[in-house]
Amino acid sequence: MKSIEISPSQYVMVIDADRCTGCGACMVACAIENNVAPAHPDATDRTGVTWMKVVKVSSGNNGDGKPACYLPLPCQQCAAETPCVTVCPQNAVEVDQQTGIVFQMSQRCLGCRYCMAACPYHARYFNWWDPEWPEGMEQTLNPDVAPRMRGVVEKCNFCHGRYQAARASAAEHGQASSDPVTYEPACAQACPTRAIKFGTPANNEQGVGDLVHSSSAFRLLPRLGTEPRVYYLSKHKWIRQMAQMEKETSTGEEVHG
Amino acid sequence: MDSKFITRGLERTSLRNFSVWVLFWVVVLGFGLYGAYLCLAEGLNQTNMDNRFVFGLWIFLDLAIIAFGAGAFFTGLLLYILKRSEFTAVINSAVVIGLICYSGAVAVLAIDVGQPLRAWFTFWHPNAHSMLTEVTFCISCYLVVLAVEYMPILLKNRKLKERPSLLVFQHNLHKVIPVLAAIGVFLSFFHQGSLGGLYGVLKGRPFAFREGFGIWPSTFFLFVLSAAAIGPSFPLLTTSLVSKISRKKLVKPEVLQSLGRISGWLLLAYVLFKSVDTLVWINRTSPSLLFSPYEYYNQESFGTWILFAEIVVFGLVPALMLLTRKIREHRGWLITAGLLACAGIAVNRFVMTIQTLALPTLPFDPFLSYIPSWQEIATFIAVIAYGVLLYSFSFRYLTLFPQERDLNSLTR
Repeated sequence: MKSIEISPSQYVMVIDADRCTGCGACMVACAIENNVAPAHPDATDRTGVTWMKVVKVSSGNNGDGKPACYLPLPCQQCAAETPCVTVCPQNAVEVDQQTGIVFQMSQRCLGCRYCMAACPYHARYFNWWDPEWPEGMEQTLNPDVAPRMRGVVEKCNFCHGRYQAARASAAEHGQASSDPVTYEPACAQACPTRAIKFGTPANNEQGVGDLVHSSSAFRLLPRLGTEPRVYYLSKHKWIRQMAQMEKETSTGEEVHG
Repeated sequence: MDSKFITRGLERTSLRNFSVWVLFWVVVLGFGLYGAYLCLAEGLNQTNMDNRFVFGLWIFLDLAIIAFGAGAFFTGLLLYILKRSEFTAVINSAVVIGLICYSGAVAVLAIDVGQPLRAWFTFWHPNAHSMLTEVTFCISCYLVVLAVEYMPILLKNRKLKERPSLLVFQHNLHKVIPVLAAIGVFLSFFHQGSLGGLYGVLKGRPFAFREGFGIWPSTFFLFVLSAAAIGPSFPLLTTSLVSKISRKKLVKPEVLQSLGRISGWLLLAYVLFKSVDTLVWINRTSPSLLFSPYEYYNQESFGTWILFAEIVVFGLVPALMLLTRKIREHRGWLITAGLLACAGIAVNRFVMTIQTLALPTLPFDPFLSYIPSWQEIATFIAVIAYGVLLYSFSFRYLTLFPQERDLNSLTR
């Protein structure tokens, strides 16, 4: 296994594919935390907004009895040659150098969707409809996260609202603003099998510093050189080979959370 | 009734016939505008685009008509910079077509983005690394150049010429047209290239990604060359079409043949570069990203036939036809060759936009399909109707073809 170079003070997510049962709890928690509106009645799995999407991956054709697994797919927070950052015509996407989080400024987004075409992981979502909550449900909105309007792009930002809250709390306790703070995104918190770990390798929260260097760690499409900050774990060779394009043809289908 | 607006010596159909023609296209335009209105008012959910097929018919239309609009800059280059005076015969028509193509493309782009009122953000917060920024800047500037280039043509209208102040203005504008043409050539080279670069830089789309020189992928140069190649072919086609509909001789056949010959040489150069580029992509670029190029053509809809059609049927064949004097001198074959050349560039733009998005990047992703909604098609049709109307009015009331009067009086 070749060594993986990452900045130890930046956040990484480690998803254990062998533990994921495909229950979709992460998708639900993510939507609630980040004020993703309930899907429009006409929305499909290709027009909905799912910052976190769980995909079923099979080593053969579906239903032929070959092994399958589930891969939760958030934004991969690419560290190098971040495809969405370079293509955005109006600098609506930027990488926070302190945290490594790729941040989408929806209030500046033109809705041209060039970033979506550029993203190899298809982790960006366009608001095809006006976000609408059933009467009374708007009371459940998270006040730390601004809802997005129709016609702009959005994506996972490692629960930036939680990050900001954690920073404010750390500052109250006298922690220097340059030090990484400890917090947990909604998906990691909601996962019943604890398949999602999150933190900075420097502080080794939830053991992420060790996990990213383990022999079962891999990232999606490494040859593109995007250096994702989302890592996956699996002891199954076929999953690792498939994710790195060293594989035979596989098929996938989406899981609706 | 409107004869006092029509250039002296030119014969035009009766106002009644013209009104029926205009009315038909106004109805078509109205239908198209209704579809476009729905997309603006209700949102892009009216289209069949989605989070994976983020671009569709409109981007294909934009890329294609901007390439077709290259006739304006290329004829300007030939006439004002390379001093090929025989192209005075088609420059006015080429400018009108350029204006139609570019203004149509900008209008469709405004509908295609989710928040059109934020378009100015690109000028306020420009990302110098984005090909789309360059496209936005160049197209906006070039549209202004085309509008200014259209002014002297408009001011030569028989009635407007009666006003001395406008006549002086028109005369002064004429003096700066060569400068504007040079600016237009510069801007066009860049945005035609940047449109190619839009997809060529996408490493996350290995089907479209190309290596290149410096910051520019090879598609940058291929788009410039292909636009220049059909720059002369498209005016050739439109002139022939207008000639057929109006039943008038508009330019001397030698002018069209000359356009065809230039188009042929450039198309041949394009086909050669495109072939080399394809070979480099198949043997080096794509495998280096661990994508087998043969897998791209395993899909039912997009077999290797599309590559063959693009390079040979719609590339090499029209290039060789246009370079053969006997074929050029035969009006029907000349038009056929021009048509094949333009179709080839349209196929190239289709491949770069639609096929790129249909193919999966993630190993567990399926091949996708997309069929435009009626609102998308209606908007497409609106651009065509708008173009026909603007061209029809220009043809009737302005002098688009300076040789027309002499050619038709000789016939009579």
